[in-house]
Amino acid sequence: MANNIITPEMAKIPQGPLEKKWTNYKDHQKLVNPANKRKLDVIVVGTGLAGASAAASLAEMGFNVLNFCIQDSPRRAHSIAAQGGINAAKNYQNDGDSVYRLYYDTIKGGDYRAREANVYRLAEVSNSIIDQCVAQGVPFAREYGGLLDNRSFGGAQVSRTFYAKGQTGQQLLLGAYSALSRQIGKGKVKMYTRYEMLDIVMIKDADGTERARGIIARNLVTGRIERFFAHAVVVGTGGYGNTFFLSTNAMASNGSAAMQMYRHGAYFANPCYAQIHPTCIPKHGDFQSKLTLMSESLRNDGRIWVPKKLEDAKKLQAGEIKGRDIPEEDRDYYLERRYPAFGNLVPRDVASRAAKERCDAGFGVNNTGLAVFLDFSDAIQRLGKDVVAQKYGNLFQMYEKIVDENPYENPMMIFPAIHYTMGGIWVDYELQTSVKGLFCIGEANFSDHGANRLGASALMQGLADGYFVLPYTIQNYLADQISVPRMSTELPEFAAAEKAVEEKIAKLMKIQGKRSVDSIHKELGLIMWDFVGMGRTAEGLKTAIKKIDEIKKEFWSNVFIPGQADALNNELEKALRLADFIEIGRLMAVDALHREESCGGHFREEYQTPDGEALRQDEKFSYVGCWKFMGEGNEPELVKEPLDYEFTERKTRNYKA
Amino acid sequence: MDQHINIKVKVWRQAGPKAQGHFETYELKNVFQGASFLEMIDILNEQLISEKKDPIAFDHDCREGICGMCSLYVNGHPHGPDQAITTCQLHMRKFHDGETITIEPWRSRAFPVIKDLMVDRGAYDKIMQAGGFVSVNTGGVPDANSIAIPKPVADEAMDAASCIGCGACAAACKNGSAMLFVSAKVSQLALLPQGKVEAARRAKAMVAKMDELGFGNCTNTGACAAECPKSVSLANIARLNREFICAKFQD
Repeated sequence: MANNIITPEMAKIPQGPLEKKWTNYKDHQKLVNPANKRKLDVIVVGTGLAGASAAASLAEMGFNVLNFCIQDSPRRAHSIAAQGGINAAKNYQNDGDSVYRLYYDTIKGGDYRAREANVYRLAEVSNSIIDQCVAQGVPFAREYGGLLDNRSFGGAQVSRTFYAKGQTGQQLLLGAYSALSRQIGKGKVKMYTRYEMLDIVMIKDADGTERARGIIARNLVTGRIERFFAHAVVVGTGGYGNTFFLSTNAMASNGSAAMQMYRHGAYFANPCYAQIHPTCIPKHGDFQSKLTLMSESLRNDGRIWVPKKLEDAKKLQAGEIKGRDIPEEDRDYYLERRYPAFGNLVPRDVASRAAKERCDAGFGVNNTGLAVFLDFSDAIQRLGKDVVAQKYGNLFQMYEKIVDENPYENPMMIFPAIHYTMGGIWVDYELQTSVKGLFCIGEANFSDHGANRLGASALMQGLADGYFVLPYTIQNYLADQISVPRMSTELPEFAAAEKAVEEKIAKLMKIQGKRSVDSIHKELGLIMWDFVGMGRTAEGLKTAIKKIDEIKKEFWSNVFIPGQADALNNELEKALRLADFIEIGRLMAVDALHREESCGGHFREEYQTPDGEALRQDEKFSYVGCWKFMGEGNEPELVKEPLDYEFTERKTRNYKA
Repeated sequence: MDQHINIKVKVWRQAGPKAQGHFETYELKNVFQGASFLEMIDILNEQLISEKKDPIAFDHDCREGICGMCSLYVNGHPHGPDQAITTCQLHMRKFHDGETITIEPWRSRAFPVIKDLMVDRGAYDKIMQAGGFVSVNTGGVPDANSIAIPKPVADEAMDAASCIGCGACAAACKNGSAMLFVSAKVSQLALLPQGKVEAARRAKAMVAKMDELGFGNCTNTGACAAECPKSVSLANIARLNREFICAKFQD
């Protein structure tokens, strides 16, 4: 590779105008005929929206699929927790939406750090996703006339979000799960639940080309390490937000699959792009295990505010008054004040930073001073309590169960929390990583959201990748593999990979130190939040790297894992994941330090406008920052994929007017 | 206001599927009532780990009441004493100072214990694989708005579809019946035009699989709906019975 630059040819971006690229690709890609599909095995790791939809679609086409998940059922993947909705360019509301507008909003929302061709394709296939889900029986919300209802989400001026109550992720995942179940029942997908991938097996062709040919996985019930062969490996294991310990991710969500890919030469792209979601329930104690998200859809009707007067904030913090006691004229609806055009519906990164700014200035509204109000009193007056309950009832119930306060009577309290990671494993237009035969889909890859993801776009991307992109593009690779016979897992490459995994586990079990896995993970999380969170500085990031290196030492010398390696052992599972979170945390800090600009979810305090908005440095940083593994203990090397905006003019994001 | 309380927890410990299980009692001091029930178990496990003991194995994942991974019989109720929530949404403010809390795994023949409080609910997946779907492949489907569905019907389907597959219904049932789970899926798809086409086949296949896997029969006690964390209605069972009988008449 010349000067560590990834060219559009290497990224396999098709020629032609933006709106013709995907069609051109599909018209000219290689396909695999039905008889040959039966001879090809594909491993899919993960059963979230991307993994389940890919596994089901590939099996429907005729490939043999081996599908793995760490939970007890594929239906548990964390996509299930997505609440608000899924975007599509249907323009059912006749409000001027189009494929181009969805493309444009997504590119702009991502602060011009995504690949144009990928984002356009995403917008293009968005409509097919809705059709597919409806055909599966996903019960989307409907109007009285029987047609589909939409609502608005942050970063858009049209209503293009389809939803199923506050449980859209659940319903879409159950749709994909039902398609997957059908293929499992038919024997086309072999499902492995409670299995965790611990490494990818690489095998060289006769000509020396190395390809992903299988995985090593641990049966989480028996502790046994097992080997699996396939002609290609697809990874859809979600994001790495749990690096922060406290996040809106599920407890078992982890970044280990990403690190396994990375260590085999797959580039880790833009690790510093992490999304802090503005509407989460504030932290309540040190024993806290996770943070709970309140759907962005709440910002449709809820108004965000803090007191105008510092003395009111002090009283709120002391618990002397409640939000409802503060009169209208003493409330600062700071999003409506700062961003009149988008108001409470500005993108997530903007809303999160604005909340931090107010809380840093002392206007926080709870005992920790780290919360702002999300108020529905206007909406209840305008629409009535029943309508509000119908729209958001389950979210209000959730809030009340956690906080023990009635949000119909007193405004909710919210604060930003880590929610989603836009960064991930680098993939080309075909969703193939820089390792041959290794594909990466959904949140686990870096591809479509740039530096910030808009609400209701994660579900769209997961399903786009799984239903409509990967099942096509993977054939362009598999077409050249039809003469490759199934390989024995007795090959030395499998044995060596298994041995390495066993040695790593033995090393961890032998430490027998004094600290629990969680106690070290919490320490890592605090460093991440303090130095690699919403406001980053060069000095802070250098401190973070130093501290993370210390944590790594502490972990590998003082962690305590009870029990046995060859049995069910939750602490061992967590330790294996934490070992990788420590590496990811460091990589995030290294990437954030190198990116001397502010864009989307990455905010470097040195680079901001006088009124506190993100200041991009397009001349210097308009590229995907890809990190290449250079061996244990060595600094990673930077590889750049330049983002030459050929079709869209880059502007400063403006949600004010 | 949430306080700090001292409690005892009596937990079912079982080393493996074939091992003999027993209750073990642990003391916990100064538990904040704002903590969730599973955070209380986290604290207990940290305590056990610090004593170099084996922590309690239990299933959990999203911790926001939607993945269906958490289970637990708490004081004799699946998902504990509070209504319409999962165990992970249960908070310690529902318990008082000095209380002894009993924690058991799901009690159902179809859900064998793996370890401690962790059970195998693979049977539910197998029922879904028998027919819990609409037989459409990816691609080539009509426009989403080509079928109008009356809002009340769509809403009813959504209510049935809110099942999280946690297993509380079968665990609560004295017959170990999975009827509420099966009926929720059968109802959702039978209500919608997309699912009507295969409604008869689906009802028969899912019921047959449920019987084959060793779930008991329904005697309409209603314990399932009373304990369901998502308030899935008993009316779904009536609909399943209707669908099943109609399907059988067609044979």
